Amino acid sequence: MKRLFPIFAILTAALLSYALYAALVGAPTEQTMGEVQRIFYYHVPSAWTAFLLFAINFLASIQYLVGMNPKATRVANWIAGAIAVATVLAAYLLPLPEGVRPSAVATSGIAVVGLYFLIQRFFPEQKVDVLAVTTAEVGVVFCTIVLITGPLWARPVWGIWWTWDVRLTSTLVLWLIYVSYIMLRRFSSSSQTPVLAAALAVFGALDVPLVYFSIWIFRTQHPQPVVGGGGSIDPRMLHTLLINWLAFMCFAILVCWSRYRLEVLTRDAEETAALEAMLEPRSLP
Amino acid sequence: MTPSTSSLAAVTLKKDLRLEWRSKDAINAMLFFALLVVVIFSFSFDPTAEESREIAGGLIWVAFLFAAVVALNQTWARELRNDVLDAYRVSPAPPNSLFLAKVLGNFIFVSVLELVMAPLFIVFYNLRALGPSYQLLLVGALGTWALVVNGTFFAAMSLRTRSREVMLPLLLFPISIPAILAMVQATRNILTGEASAQFWIVLLGAYDVVFTIACLLLFETILQAE
Repeated sequence: MKRLFPIFAILTAALLSYALYAALVGAPTEQTMGEVQRIFYYHVPSAWTAFLLFAINFLASIQYLVGMNPKATRVANWIAGAIAVATVLAAYLLPLPEGVRPSAVATSGIAVVGLYFLIQRFFPEQKVDVLAVTTAEVGVVFCTIVLITGPLWARPVWGIWWTWDVRLTSTLVLWLIYVSYIMLRRFSSSSQTPVLAAALAVFGALDVPLVYFSIWIFRTQHPQPVVGGGGSIDPRMLHTLLINWLAFMCFAILVCWSRYRLEVLTRDAEETAALEAMLEPRSLP
Repeated sequence: MTPSTSSLAAVTLKKDLRLEWRSKDAINAMLFFALLVVVIFSFSFDPTAEESREIAGGLIWVAFLFAAVVALNQTWARELRNDVLDAYRVSPAPPNSLFLAKVLGNFIFVSVLELVMAPLFIVFYNLRALGPSYQLLLVGALGTWALVVNGTFFAAMSLRTRSREVMLPLLLFPISIPAILAMVQATRNILTGEASAQFWIVLLGAYDVVFTIACLLLFETILQAE
């Protein structure tokens, strides 16, 4: 694994450079917005990456909470399976809003539940908490990029930096929740920080749909999603966007990877120090 | 045989109310704090009739929110003295009875605060509801519950942090944003009488149900986390 890291880092660097070239030179200039539209290739991939990381954080937090009790783990696994089946059934049986394909709903339902089981398989016990810390921190960084690039684009195009639109506000609230999550981890003085943080992550995830619906009532100004929604996009632009997303995902995985290793090493060092202190009580001042 | 959850909750609630009745720590601090907020707001925003009706909903709830944090911070501090909380942990009593008692206690304190402060707001801001005013009671009850149920939970969570007085609002405010939006919009709609407050009341109800269930499911884990 250790040798894989530099290879992956070089690959990510190459991909990021190509994505940069594609975004600034390769992609055609947008007709009405002009060059400023190119920030879209950073804004949207960052947003997708941030939301994916927050989703992983939520799944890892649930995993941590139910993992403390074998019975709860079994119940949660059954519920997760039931959610996957219910999503697939609902996708094909219930009427969906216009422009939403049943296959997309079914795939995303299965993907989320699959991710849950993957996390369960590869991140046992305390490892899942390390994953939660990592994804929350890196997610906040990407979410910050979204919140900075958004106003930079909005100022020339909309004429305003910020509007209290549903997507902007929901993203801001999500960012606030995860900043408070990180603060809680920093300020917590007990050894049970993971439990508290996992509970907060669950509360945050419950909050997001409520935030979305509550702000939905205001008129939405954000452009409709161009991918998967009703909008149309030049194939070269879509290509650039997807390349950028891939590059950003690789970059996020790279950062998460090294942060993960750092966190594991920090915890090992703390444990060793605690053990040594217990073994040699007289060496303490 | 262990007594039922509700009778245990009643005993704890009665104890908390009696303590508060004798000391009046939380309620005095909250009342004076809310009064200060009202007076400072009246200097910051010109309280003339028409405009004030538009912003009064926001002012009222921000004042109550800040004042509620004062009470919420004291919820568990009392149980830390003499290690009462540890006694709760080792006792066979269901943790949720303790939680419900604390939430109900805070609900009563904050409701008393609101009942005392609301007339002051009406006087200072010259308010008169143009919409159906009985709905204000519903908004008040649901909104207060939304604040105290999460507030009590997060207060228990921030017990184990450094500088916990600061930590509580940092945790509570981001999660409360939809509830605060709903309370403020509902109050504004009722005061101005321009639109129906129904959507926001339903949203507040949904928020209350979702987070009450979440708190009851997770409280035992939080209480035992030491």
